[in-house]
Amino acid sequence: MEMFIVGLTIFVLAIFVGFEIITKIPPTLHTPLMSGSNAISGITVVGAVLSSGSQHTMVTTILGVLAVIFATINCVGGFMVTNRMLAMFKKKS
Amino acid sequence: MSALINIGYLVASVLFILGLKGLTHPRTAVRGNLLGAVGMLLAVLLTLTNQRILSYEWIILGLIIGGAIGAALAIKIEMTSMPELVAVFNGFGGIASVLVAGAALLENTLGPEVPMMQLTIAIAASGLIGAVTFWGSLVAFGKLKGLIGDNAILFGGQQIINAALAAAVLALSCWVVIDPASGVAFWLLVGVASVLGVLLVIPVGGADMPVVVALLNSYSGLAAAATGFVLSNNVLIITGSLVGASGLILTQIMCKAMNRSLTNVLFGVLAPVGDGGPTADEVYGGKVKSTSPEEVAMLFETARRVCIIPGYGMAVSQAQHPVASLAALLESRGTIVEYGVHPVAGRMPGHMNVLLAEADVPYEALRDMDETNEDIDQVDVALVIGANDVVNPVARTDPNSAIAGMPIIDVDKAKTVVVIKRSLSPGFAGIPNPLFSLDNSLMLFGDAKKAVLDMIAALKDS
Repeated sequence: MEMFIVGLTIFVLAIFVGFEIITKIPPTLHTPLMSGSNAISGITVVGAVLSSGSQHTMVTTILGVLAVIFATINCVGGFMVTNRMLAMFKKKS
Repeated sequence: MSALINIGYLVASVLFILGLKGLTHPRTAVRGNLLGAVGMLLAVLLTLTNQRILSYEWIILGLIIGGAIGAALAIKIEMTSMPELVAVFNGFGGIASVLVAGAALLENTLGPEVPMMQLTIAIAASGLIGAVTFWGSLVAFGKLKGLIGDNAILFGGQQIINAALAAAVLALSCWVVIDPASGVAFWLLVGVASVLGVLLVIPVGGADMPVVVALLNSYSGLAAAATGFVLSNNVLIITGSLVGASGLILTQIMCKAMNRSLTNVLFGVLAPVGDGGPTADEVYGGKVKSTSPEEVAMLFETARRVCIIPGYGMAVSQAQHPVASLAALLESRGTIVEYGVHPVAGRMPGHMNVLLAEADVPYEALRDMDETNEDIDQVDVALVIGANDVVNPVARTDPNSAIAGMPIIDVDKAKTVVVIKRSLSPGFAGIPNPLFSLDNSLMLFGDAKKAVLDMIAALKDS
């Protein structure tokens, strides 16, 4: 139970941090914000890697590998496309 | 070792926070995004050192396949299709959470011991939110791409069906928690949540898409956070809640920009069309003045200040590059050119800004709605390109209208308004726009790209 409470505490505090930072982001950058935050929500890849590598059963491995693929698309694609967009904003400044 | 890994995860979390912080200004944004990517790389590398991992072949294979697909999508995508891509990525984050939760459930029910309740609650939540996110995002993708009708799809009893599904989802979640060993409950839950995800997004259409895309963004974060609870992994919890908060804020901003509540957007209850409001004939009848690119070019020649108001129509006809060339041409003649961007113009938050940035428009020239309205009365020519509801003065004047109270860009207060539009057909709100028949309005009917190119040609000829 203690782990859960610690997790919950972190969850709530992180939401506040998120609110504080993100309200300061200008409308011009809202699309890159979405694709960028999207990329970091691909952090699920961490869990996916554990599931696919721990070899409990064939099924967990398959589920894990599929999750690794989806989450990696999310991360790699998200960061790259955000970078592409932001480069367009940057070159004129 | 485990302590070291956890400290590494903490560093990754800090990098994500700094990364988001970098996005608060275009100058620091590229670095911010890189910090986020470094954080992700660190988190993955640390995870690979975990002793639970017995074999690496499958992981490496998954990383390579996913990385290649992700990179290909990111490099190939057109800037006008960005809303679709973001929708798909949201969905992939969601499905990854479902799969990880499914695997975790299996792993924890292999042995004789019963998993702890908080674990099964987290697994149910992760499967539920993930499935809603995945299917909702797929529907959003289909709508944005035009595969399924872009408009709101409403049918009788929709609310009742959704309520029934929500109840079923809750009941199934309880089943998962009570009897985790039966895998059936979990996959049934995922199935019903999938249907719910589809039905939640189906009734939302067209101009309301920015809200849905932002909300799904928030869900994908919450799904990751739920997965964090499943794995007792703080980096997932922190990251997921950051993304959840970010999506929620964007959702709020979008709703405010349409003067509608979130429930109103989600359940597609836009005020009934044509209810006592003036008909198109009454509004337009004989009063609409149509113009030609040549005439507009002449207007530009004497204009000191021009304000361009882009809308979804500019994205559809891919007119951003001609628009930027037109602006450059006008500026070379000494005219001041600025852009007035409505928060919900386009199909996702900041959509217009990205398109114009792609066309090399400096971000300083992009002004938000309030800035634009402050001195719109000093603008000689307001050029509206493919926007409709966001410049409809009815929002200000008629308290009974479907868009009453929605903040708009007051182009009707400019000295002359030129509207490039294919026809007089109504926008998403389904109501006529009296702007088109004002004394100071001129309509230029046709495709936005072609119209702007013709204007450039006419300006160069003169």
